[in-house]
Amino acid sequence: MADITAPKLSDAPALRRVFEQTLWRRLVILAAFALAWELYARWLDNALLLPTLGATLSALWSAILSGELPNRTLTSLRVLVTGYALGVGIAAVFTALATLSRWGNEALGLLTSMFNPLPAIALLPIALLWFGVGTPSLVFVIVHSVLWPVALACHAGFRAIAPTLLMAGRNLGLSGGRFVAEILVPAAFPQILSGLRIGWAFAWRTLIAAELVFGVSARSGGIGWFIYTNRAQLETASVFAGLLTVILIGLLVESVVFRSLTRITVQRWGQERT
Amino acid sequence: MNVAPRLADLAGDAASPTLLTLDRVSISYPTRDGTLTAVEDVSLALSTGERLVLLGPSGCGKSTLLRAVGGFLKPSTGEIRINGEPIGAPSPDRMTVFQEFDQLLPWRTVLGNVRYALERGRSLSRREAEAVARGWLKRVGLKNFVDAFPHTLSGGMKQRVAIARAFALEPALLLMDEPFAALDALTRRQMQDELLKLCEETGSTALFVTHGIDEAIRVGTRILALTPHPGRLAATFDVPPGSRTRGTTAFAELEQKIQQAVFADPELDHG
Repeated sequence: MADITAPKLSDAPALRRVFEQTLWRRLVILAAFALAWELYARWLDNALLLPTLGATLSALWSAILSGELPNRTLTSLRVLVTGYALGVGIAAVFTALATLSRWGNEALGLLTSMFNPLPAIALLPIALLWFGVGTPSLVFVIVHSVLWPVALACHAGFRAIAPTLLMAGRNLGLSGGRFVAEILVPAAFPQILSGLRIGWAFAWRTLIAAELVFGVSARSGGIGWFIYTNRAQLETASVFAGLLTVILIGLLVESVVFRSLTRITVQRWGQERT
Repeated sequence: MNVAPRLADLAGDAASPTLLTLDRVSISYPTRDGTLTAVEDVSLALSTGERLVLLGPSGCGKSTLLRAVGGFLKPSTGEIRINGEPIGAPSPDRMTVFQEFDQLLPWRTVLGNVRYALERGRSLSRREAEAVARGWLKRVGLKNFVDAFPHTLSGGMKQRVAIARAFALEPALLLMDEPFAALDALTRRQMQDELLKLCEETGSTALFVTHGIDEAIRVGTRILALTPHPGRLAATFDVPPGSRTRGTTAFAELEQKIQQAVFADPELDHG
């Protein structure tokens, strides 16, 4: 039987490839935004309302050098990772139960439609009653913010798998845990990944908001607490530095962690277009 | 009621042992508007080495019947036996090649798809599975594409992978559910020829579903025509090896004969 040969591709010029990259356009937009901020802040000339970009960056720099901001960030991230991992783990268990039984399916459907629209922050008073002021309360609201969107996405992903693919898997005699791990999870991975992404964004937002409301004990506060205390002391530049940190960490996780994960999985597999 | 004589009549080659028997199989399922009978009272027997084609227009239940043989759905009444044993859940012993291109695992390469099937379906070690998989991919002409992911392949190439995967598992019975229906006419003809060659080389036993008369004559040793709504057996045609070559008078005559017997209504021609 004749072998099929691959078509030949020619390379685009190197310079054109650089300019076609989205990174380039993003940097231009970012620079324009930074310039607009600096100019407007200088024209306004009110450091209490809107510090200049330069003042914000120098506040950021000194907060990093003093070790206060890195410490606060680490505290926030530690709580975040705990809550995120716990939320994703519980979501996996819930989805497994929902996939294995009809009752589980109904239960998950009902619970997600009840709790998904409930903002995690609204549970903070309950969390304070149950767990008191401190990390357990933060973890509780983060778990709530992660669990439902992730479970919803996984469940929807499982249900959207092409019936032919399921039959092809069953044809190999697969069943139970192996079928779930080797067929269902990878087949639903585009939705699972987008669920993890949404879950991350929700968790990060919820954490910062909760830290702001909290007030906690000053020693163990995170970035939210850093922002809150600086506002109370009218250190607006430091408030902006805190916000910048929140944005930067969000961007970093999104563009490094999730984008790489997307590239080496669903884009490589053709389940999502590049 | 004694159905044994009827089954014996239906068996094509008396010399080979009977591999698969369908005994008065009916399949119906509930729909919103009531119970739909897709297949009614079908009995047939398939001997080892035979390639039986179920031919019929859309809605004659031929694919439903094939899924039942695959174990993906249960007949409402009647019994399906393989080697005398009632069939159970889907098993690599009855490998199906589906019509849809998404039967391959998108997260595995071409080689990965076939190798994984061998690891799970035939419990081969990774190294053995890889060697067997490479051999089969070479046989279907995909030697240069072993590391490609399925989404980068054309429809015809995806079906080649699915065919390689099915043959590699050395099933007792190959099930083909219109594997070439979604391909263009030129590719389809080429794939039919190549499939015929593989079947003859391996002496595989196959149950093949199609709505194309020419495809049925090309790949089958025996053709069972079904009528639609509900699916019933209408007529049987033997395909002598001399009639299997396109462009010959024997091929054209058999095609004409089946055409007149089954697709009396010209609207139904070629589904």
